[in-house]
Amino acid sequence: MISPFFQELLEALNRGLIMSMALILPSAAGGVLVGIMAGCLRAFGDTFFRKICDTYAAIFRGTPLVVQLFILYFGLPNIGIYLTPYAAAVTGFILCSGAYQSEYVRGALLAIKRNQYLGAQALGLTKFQSIFWIIVPQAMRKALPGCGNEVIYLIKYSSLAYIVTFMELTGEGKTLATEYFRFTEVFAVIGLYYLALVSMAIFVLKKIEKTLHIPGFGKG
Amino acid sequence: MTRQNPILRVENITKSFGGEPILKGVNLSLGKGEIKILIGPSGGGKSTFLQCMNCLISPDSGKYWLEEKPVDITSKKVLYHYRQQVGMIFQDFNLFDHLTALDNVTLALRKVKGMDKKAAARRAMTELSQVGLEDKIRLYPAELSGGQKQRVAIARALAMDPKVLLLDEPTSALDPDLTGEVIDVIRNLAKKGMTMVMATHQISLIRTLADEILFMEAGFVVEQGSPKALLVPGTRSQGFCDKLNSLSGEGPE
Ligand SMILES: Nc1ncnc2c1ncn2[C@@H]1O[C@H](COP(=O)(O)OP(=O)(O)OP(=O)(O)O)[C@@H](O)[C@H]1O
Ligand SMILES: [Mg+2]
Repeated sequence: MISPFFQELLEALNRGLIMSMALILPSAAGGVLVGIMAGCLRAFGDTFFRKICDTYAAIFRGTPLVVQLFILYFGLPNIGIYLTPYAAAVTGFILCSGAYQSEYVRGALLAIKRNQYLGAQALGLTKFQSIFWIIVPQAMRKALPGCGNEVIYLIKYSSLAYIVTFMELTGEGKTLATEYFRFTEVFAVIGLYYLALVSMAIFVLKKIEKTLHIPGFGKG
Repeated sequence: MTRQNPILRVENITKSFGGEPILKGVNLSLGKGEIKILIGPSGGGKSTFLQCMNCLISPDSGKYWLEEKPVDITSKKVLYHYRQQVGMIFQDFNLFDHLTALDNVTLALRKVKGMDKKAAARRAMTELSQVGLEDKIRLYPAELSGGQKQRVAIARALAMDPKVLLLDEPTSALDPDLTGEVIDVIRNLAKKGMTMVMATHQISLIRTLADEILFMEAGFVVEQGSPKALLVPGTRSQGFCDKLNSLSGEGPE
């Protein structure tokens, strides 16, 4: 009922899908984590840490991800660091995504009105408590749409892992397409796979947004 | 009666912003249960002085005594403890936007005073009932009226058992028809003997609550005395109140 070609295609793509998920999940989580840490330091850290994190963000936002992946995989061996294709890809994704996430986190932290901080200080909360209990929970809600968007980008640029020879969704598809010379069908199906992944991510993000929703918060 | 035991005393507070002196040496000594009211033209330094009193703005110089013990405001630990005992009410309420009315009150009880969840909630309920909001505890700031927000802010400050309450124009951000409910709460506090320093343009509060009026202008206290002594023809304070009267249309009482 279903042609042998499509059967082979789906098998290959499903295999790739699992590999893609293995890339995306830790990269998204790691990116958010790095982004929160770097974002907090960029907003509230002392000069030393702020400079370091600013530089990190500037470099990883300012250079193409392809270049970063190439350096991680083909460049680092020159100084004796050998990463597997998987490790190189995840490292690159976490660092790149973390740089973008830090921008959203930092912006959200700085957007919280100073009166929130003063209200906390006036009650005797320490600086750390004021940031942790008042500023961060509010900033988290403000940063969520941006951070979610970055996760969606990550899902799509995870396809770049194949250039460091990691066989994920796009890589599997491309191999098959070349072999059978049937690019249109193959890439159309790959597109559908990514669409499904992104739709799932949007669904989860909406759920989180709903859980964190506070009446009237963020309007005005 | 208030002379012998000041509960809070600050001396020679100075503060400049960008080289511009805003406070030029302000002193204040507060007896237990005493109410001092700051008045004066806009930009005179009332808000700056109030925020210097609990070091939300660090003064350039100044000395502090709480119950006659000197307070070393350069020590973070001392400062955090001092702020617990000197509550503050802001013009714009400064409620935590992401927390319900109840949690606005319980947060500091739990994180600063280390109370458990239940005890904090019980205490918060008591304070919120005192200001007539027991049926609003689950609402978020955005769901409350200005007057209700300010009453939550007062409950939040009182839950910490402060020895002194600083109020910076607590009714100025409110619609005229909402000032009454907040004024009632403040009058109630006064009746219970709360020690307060308040900046306000509310003429009825100035006349009826003040033990002493401080008229601030250009970073100095230029007039200081009881309403009886100060609110007589010829003083700056009386002139200022006359102007408030004609602006608000309240008319002389
Ligand atoms: N953070 C700041 N940076 C620079 N200047 C400031 C700052 N805060 C206050 N000022 C200036 O200090 C002066 C006194 O301000 P302050 O708010 O204390 O006056 P106020 O007596 O409370 O006036 P109002 O009746 O309008 O509330 C003003 O000229 C103001 O511009
Ligand atoms: Mg003011």
